Amino acid sequence: MSALLRIATAGSVDDGKSTLIGRLLYDSKAIFEDQLSAVERTSRARGQDIPDLALLTDGLRAEREQGITIDVAYRYFATPKRKFIIADTPGHIQYTRNMVTGASTADVALILIDARNGVLEQSRRHAFLATLLGIPHLIVCINKMDLVGYSQQRFEEIREEFRRFAMKLEVNDVSFIPVSALTGDNVVQRSEAMPWYVGTSLLQQLEEIHVASDRNLIDPRFPVQYVIRPHQSSHAQLHDFRGYAGTVAGGVLREGDEVTALPSGFTTRVSKIWAPGGRALKEAFAGQAVTIELADDIDIARGDLLCRPHNRPHVGQDLDAMLCWMSSNTQLSPGGRYTIQHTTRATRGVVHELDYRLDVNTLHRDESASGLGLNEIGRIRLRTQQPLLFDPYRRSRETGSFILIDDATNNTVAAGMITGPTRHDAMVVWHSGSVRRTERATQGMTVWLTGLSGSGKSTVAAELERRLVASGRPAYLLDGDNLRHGLNADLGFGAGDRAENVRRVGEVAKLLADAGLIAIVSLVSPYAADRARVRGSHSAASLPFLEIFVDTPLEVCEARDPKGMYAKARGGEIKQFTGIDDPYEAPETPHLRLRPEDGDAATQAALVLDLIERITL
Amino acid sequence: MMTVAYEMSQLEMLEAEAVHIIREVAATIEKPAMLFSGGKDSVVMLHLAMKAFWPAPVPFPVMHVDTGQNFDEVIEFRDRTVEKYGLWLMVGSVQDDIDAGRVHEEYPGAPRNRLQTVTLLRGIRENGFGAVFGGARRDEEKARAKERVFSFRDGFGQWDPRNQRPELWNLYNGRHRKGENIRAFPLSNWTELDVWSYIRDENIELPPLYYAHRREVVERDGMLLAVNPFIQPTESEHPFDATVRFRTIGDATCTGCVESSAATPEDVVVEVAAARLTERGATRADDRISEAGMEDRKKEGYF
Repeated sequence: MSALLRIATAGSVDDGKSTLIGRLLYDSKAIFEDQLSAVERTSRARGQDIPDLALLTDGLRAEREQGITIDVAYRYFATPKRKFIIADTPGHIQYTRNMVTGASTADVALILIDARNGVLEQSRRHAFLATLLGIPHLIVCINKMDLVGYSQQRFEEIREEFRRFAMKLEVNDVSFIPVSALTGDNVVQRSEAMPWYVGTSLLQQLEEIHVASDRNLIDPRFPVQYVIRPHQSSHAQLHDFRGYAGTVAGGVLREGDEVTALPSGFTTRVSKIWAPGGRALKEAFAGQAVTIELADDIDIARGDLLCRPHNRPHVGQDLDAMLCWMSSNTQLSPGGRYTIQHTTRATRGVVHELDYRLDVNTLHRDESASGLGLNEIGRIRLRTQQPLLFDPYRRSRETGSFILIDDATNNTVAAGMITGPTRHDAMVVWHSGSVRRTERATQGMTVWLTGLSGSGKSTVAAELERRLVASGRPAYLLDGDNLRHGLNADLGFGAGDRAENVRRVGEVAKLLADAGLIAIVSLVSPYAADRARVRGSHSAASLPFLEIFVDTPLEVCEARDPKGMYAKARGGEIKQFTGIDDPYEAPETPHLRLRPEDGDAATQAALVLDLIERITL
Repeated sequence: MMTVAYEMSQLEMLEAEAVHIIREVAATIEKPAMLFSGGKDSVVMLHLAMKAFWPAPVPFPVMHVDTGQNFDEVIEFRDRTVEKYGLWLMVGSVQDDIDAGRVHEEYPGAPRNRLQTVTLLRGIRENGFGAVFGGARRDEEKARAKERVFSFRDGFGQWDPRNQRPELWNLYNGRHRKGENIRAFPLSNWTELDVWSYIRDENIELPPLYYAHRREVVERDGMLLAVNPFIQPTESEHPFDATVRFRTIGDATCTGCVESSAATPEDVVVEVAAARLTERGATRADDRISEAGMEDRKKEGYF
């Protein structure tokens, strides 16, 4: 377990955010006596009976005077299990940029909802921003439970409402806790007032949340930050030392690994890896600051990047990105020129086009927008003077993020998250249909069944299709095996072809869903990243996407072996068979998990049907 | 599936972050300098700088803003450290600014912490420093909790807390015009306990004042102050010997000590982990001025 957890909190003062943090600090004994007595003094001076714990976090004079949080404040506390850094961010819409700042490095977002008010516009905004910034875990604290009589029903209503909204977002992990920051219920200690809540307290969740796997350990990326050349040193053996210092942005690099330097494209080998201060390392992984020596003397400077020859980032000058505008003095408009800072590389860039401005409250896209003002978010197309070496933000926060700097003022005016290279198909004009989705007779969605071969996906899917059609809902089954006879007949079973297979099926499902059908997909789709992409493209098109994990254990699938495939794989006749010699990456947070003990295919199909009905209500 | 634990401890993460920040300043800002007072935070920061550029020497000078009211042990430690690592030390003297009439003491022997601002800004201006590293931590004080890692100062050296540059991911914007400068804080996310744990793990030498020793002290305003040329007992005060150590070291006129038997870094880690007062609240008279004391001084250009 990682010893350090970075948390971003979002909510307004009215939601009790500062009080909640004060409570966390106070009950975990992270507040010192002199800090507390200062708070007590100030509270008394204002005529408050109980210490106002919000005063612990509002650090600036103006914040204390106005009783609001203006800027991000960082708070530190530790329990015997781990250390926490809280980026306490203001919740009001006029401080969106501050929230984005605090969220940029967070592992967990805490979202506060006032139990009396339920899911408000701003709760939706906070959840959206947290997912836009790629925070992997979301904890929704439904606060002020003491003011709704600790009602389980109220808690569940809010939870369902939030879930319905969250389905449109790319959230992997959401949990809900009923709390009262004022009284401390479920903050550090489990509440006695809410015996119906069987989960853990907020602090316990924070202590146990697993974040190590959120880092990208797959794609080796090393942006060179600084070249160390002690050539004037009196030590003869240091005379030829040439070390590339930097922080590993992704993956693992080992001594002896072949690496390619970009943008030059020269390939060489890692000869030595040094930790700061000169401790030799066998390997370096994401997050470590190291110095790397290479076998060949090739010309590498700050801003260049080392990667593996067969795992490279995109290299290009045209890219698409989501942009959060942060300047109050100027507007972003197409044609604007800025300095772009991306990893350790800085170059100039011009914003070619603003595709749309996003209403962060409703997620509505305004394609007629001509600019972005303070706190506004939109999608842009950017062209840079020098090529950038980038990955989509979704894949890597480190190589997918950038800032724009205004050359006239030197101010940071925008934060950007790269969605990908500008695709040539993006140059083809998209024809918006003249029929709006809401005008169609039915609203579509995609129901995606993933699981091992032989898990029973197709049986459940067929049963589901039968029941939907019987009840008058238009539905269509896309079966992975069947599609390989036509649409995907040109694809094999290597990792690349599998990814393309999933992408195509995802696109077809999206078209059907857009047309108002319930697209049922039955596909092994073993890799989490491929499924996440399909989920993302549905989310981008505002179409519901349900991930159903048909969780039948491998032994059971193998015993069934309906097509004799497992026997062939075991016998070595088939290579790279999922579950045998190729991994199946199980969904961590599917919308629904079907296990054999849930019943037969008909019962399982009924469970899926229930879920569909709940979200279409 | 093979699982290898590519995980970093809390101190490893903090070290990596600090090293990244120090390298970033050296790579992107012309003429940086590192503040070095011999206090524990600046000693740790210097240690990190040495590690960041290994095997090359630290590529910038260190600067001490000297109030002239020091503990001898600290100056001795400062000079020995500079000598040992072959560093280039620049000293900005508050006494010079007093003698030249650029600042005025409230009364002879008054604390000079606030006066340091003028000397610091003069040092930055005269040397044309584009960035100055400071050892400040966000957990020290609530105005500092709001400060960026790269903190912009205008042509007057001033901080505008309501108009700070957004700072996202690990992308630091150090751009500035001539006359403006950046204060860089590599220890932003460290706590007092982190600093001491790191001193213990890395075996970093500190001035002996940080460990328990016998010394003549006098109690004043609820604090224990060391009797020295700058602190003399008044008629109503009764000096006595005690076993003490310093949690912070600043101007000798206003830095208090605490009774302690912690003689090693390990002892101090245990003591700090159990402490119920902040280090500044316990031992710094200058921070007790008002609720916004630090915010006001920082706006003027203080560390």
